[in-house]
Amino acid sequence: MFGLEKKDAKLLLIVAALVFFAPFLLNPFPSDSGMAQFNAGYPDLMQRFVIFGIFAIGFNILFGLTGYLSFGHAAFLGVGSYSAVWMFKLLSMNVVPAIILAVIVSGLFAIVIGYVSLRRSGIYFSILTLAFAQMSFALAYSVLTPITGGETGLQLALNDPRILGAAQTADGNIPVPGIFGLEMRSTAELAVGPWEFVFNVGYYFSGILMLASFYLAIRIFRSPFGMMLRAVKSNQQRMSYTGLNPKPYTLAAFVISGMYAGLAGGLMAAMDPLAGAERMFWTASGEVVLMTILGGVGTLIGPVLGAGAIKYMENIISKINSDILHGWFAFLPDGLEDFVVAIIYPFIGKGWHLTLGIIFMLVVIFLPGGLVEGGQRIAKLFGKKKTNDAKDGAEAKTPAE
Amino acid sequence: MSKSNLTRRGVLKTGALGGAGLAVPTIFTASSVAAHTNEPTGSTVTLGFNVPQTGPYADEGADELRAYELAVEHLNGGGDGGMMSTFSSKALQGNGILGKKVEYVTGDTQTKSDAARASAKSMIEKDGAVMITGGSSSGVAVAVQALCQEAGIIFMAGLTHSNDTTGKDKRANGFRHFFNSYMSGAALAPVLEKMYGSDRKAYHLTADYNWGYTTEEAVKSSTEALGWETVNTVKTPLTQTDFSSYIAPVLQSGADVLVLNHYGGNMVNSLTNAVQFGLREKQVNGKNFEIVVPLYSRLMAKGAGANVKGIFGSTNWHWSLQDAGSKAFVNSFGTKYGFPPSQAAHTCYVQTLLYADAVERAGSFAPCAVAEALEGFEFDGLGNGKTLYRAEDHQCFKDVLVVKGKENPTSEFDLLEIVEVTPAAQVTYAPDHPQFSGGALGTCNNGA
Repeated sequence: MFGLEKKDAKLLLIVAALVFFAPFLLNPFPSDSGMAQFNAGYPDLMQRFVIFGIFAIGFNILFGLTGYLSFGHAAFLGVGSYSAVWMFKLLSMNVVPAIILAVIVSGLFAIVIGYVSLRRSGIYFSILTLAFAQMSFALAYSVLTPITGGETGLQLALNDPRILGAAQTADGNIPVPGIFGLEMRSTAELAVGPWEFVFNVGYYFSGILMLASFYLAIRIFRSPFGMMLRAVKSNQQRMSYTGLNPKPYTLAAFVISGMYAGLAGGLMAAMDPLAGAERMFWTASGEVVLMTILGGVGTLIGPVLGAGAIKYMENIISKINSDILHGWFAFLPDGLEDFVVAIIYPFIGKGWHLTLGIIFMLVVIFLPGGLVEGGQRIAKLFGKKKTNDAKDGAEAKTPAE
Repeated sequence: MSKSNLTRRGVLKTGALGGAGLAVPTIFTASSVAAHTNEPTGSTVTLGFNVPQTGPYADEGADELRAYELAVEHLNGGGDGGMMSTFSSKALQGNGILGKKVEYVTGDTQTKSDAARASAKSMIEKDGAVMITGGSSSGVAVAVQALCQEAGIIFMAGLTHSNDTTGKDKRANGFRHFFNSYMSGAALAPVLEKMYGSDRKAYHLTADYNWGYTTEEAVKSSTEALGWETVNTVKTPLTQTDFSSYIAPVLQSGADVLVLNHYGGNMVNSLTNAVQFGLREKQVNGKNFEIVVPLYSRLMAKGAGANVKGIFGSTNWHWSLQDAGSKAFVNSFGTKYGFPPSQAAHTCYVQTLLYADAVERAGSFAPCAVAEALEGFEFDGLGNGKTLYRAEDHQCFKDVLVVKGKENPTSEFDLLEIVEVTPAAQVTYAPDHPQFSGGALGTCNNGA
């Protein structure tokens, strides 16, 4: 189906089902129960799941296939966002031209950075990309303030010279991004008993683009081009000796993954029309590396899972405060309650980085293949029936084709 | 390549699953029934406190959160009521807001626009917050303010000092109680003239981002109006930690005053460097060399230690103020937490009370009604004397404090002394002042 192997088509269908039923899957707890704290099915977070999923899928095409660890991918995300916001400001509030421009500009940007950085490999390549990203961040933060809005970020204003469409709505507000009139933020709610499910236009738009990106990634993984990229990873010298120049392949992979990042950046701006320089900061580049490693480097679904896990923690764990904890453990005797809260407190709220760090260490030490490996092990426990779901050919021991 | 993988079993499974999904009773609730976004319908109302809990301003964020918790306690009738008893408006009863118990959710802005918006969005979309407040940086304030405008939520800014928050980036749903760069310049300049004379040559070191620019501009134009000359202005990267290379050229420039447009850790480092270079013992043009820090905070003074002694700056509020409101606030904050509040805590506490009061007076949580109640609102008893929430730009106009690093601090909190309380009239400017031009409030947004 879709020109895919059976196994891959099945994976794609599973991901598609996950994306389409996410509003149900992410809101498993009734909205009036105490557990509603852990519900993640609200538009902003769901959008982030799929957008960072795209970002991580793209990063994985470079890192997972060629082994080149780019530490500056956030720069493309930022460039994509800035291009998209400028498109909103100057052309139209329709997200389509904005996203197209975001992908193109970040692609061009990736060609320039990739051309220079790919002259080196290994740690030198990482440092070069890091340097470029930090340079972009510094430029966006201060020198290029007229273009990027500096620290405050680039945002829409009431007097934008928009060519297609009005500068402001009838009631004097800034128009919101939409696709041919359908606003990205419009949301339908479904109440089933105590449960509430939210269906958001922006989420499904991003979700469909994520599925397209995922499909494209599968095709790249399974193509001869993907084989070449893996050859680069396994032994670049051997590849050169056989008379193949690895440079065009790595550059192509770099540009493709830069364009993925640009797509993610453009989508972020489409969901929320603001582009801030922090998006290009090195920690943002580091985050996508974490996502990919946490999920499983070189696997298809891994980066998506990793992105979901990290965004979940950032948005859900970080919002638990000591009051909520006291609420949970109110049934314990007073002294014990305070003790339990004091133990847990460092790991929630502002301490979510600590939790993330511990989980990351545990994953790297005990599940070197990331969450995907975890899934495979669990699947193995329950018989071999499900193994194919989580696994994919990329990390199969023997070359498939 | 193309292989169909449809099996009878697979089709049946998918069909059953899809059927089950469709069979779920579907009651779509139209979102238009609510009069405005997140209209509180139950017996409680949720406020969103979005403060930096990690990152460079985490200390301020922690203090802001304490103030918010205190404000919620007071609104719900707990504690000693704090400034509610000294507040000139008596609409608040201590029974929550409009009889609804106040609950709150917290989030971490990380002092990043993106993270702050994500956190604010989750408060709006998930927790149903009807008002967002907090923040300790202008970038975050501007970003969250724009988001709240879009979503139809009131934003009560926390600590944000850049002119842009109520200047070019002002929004109809956003309100700022804190003072701004222009006010700092206007309050500081006369004091500086009095202390140092009108024949001075200033050298600016400015943090290379939005807040730095507006502060530099404000101080520069205010001091130049009094006869000072600006020798040079140099931008320093925000991430700079060692300012030695920027301090050395100051002496060669012939300047006799150094203005440090730095905040937080930047200011702590640059001031320490300048003092270590012995700038303050130098004589230039026959005058003592002086250093000025436009925006002071107690937390910064603590970081810079003995180096702040005798250095002038401005601040929004200080716990040593002796009016009834400040005393009541310092007292209830001190009782609860054991130390005096910072200016960030003060502005956040006041913003929460002002919001609650505006809702009571408007009789509605609808942002447009609240905005109308706040616009042009004059009040007293919240620590800064008579204050006006100006309708044209949603900026508060009140007295500004000019402070000096204390020579002989008596405790670790007693680091600044108030030199002068600059009356509000002196720091008031026209809404279309050039330093604030280029933006428009737009109209208030009630959202869906």
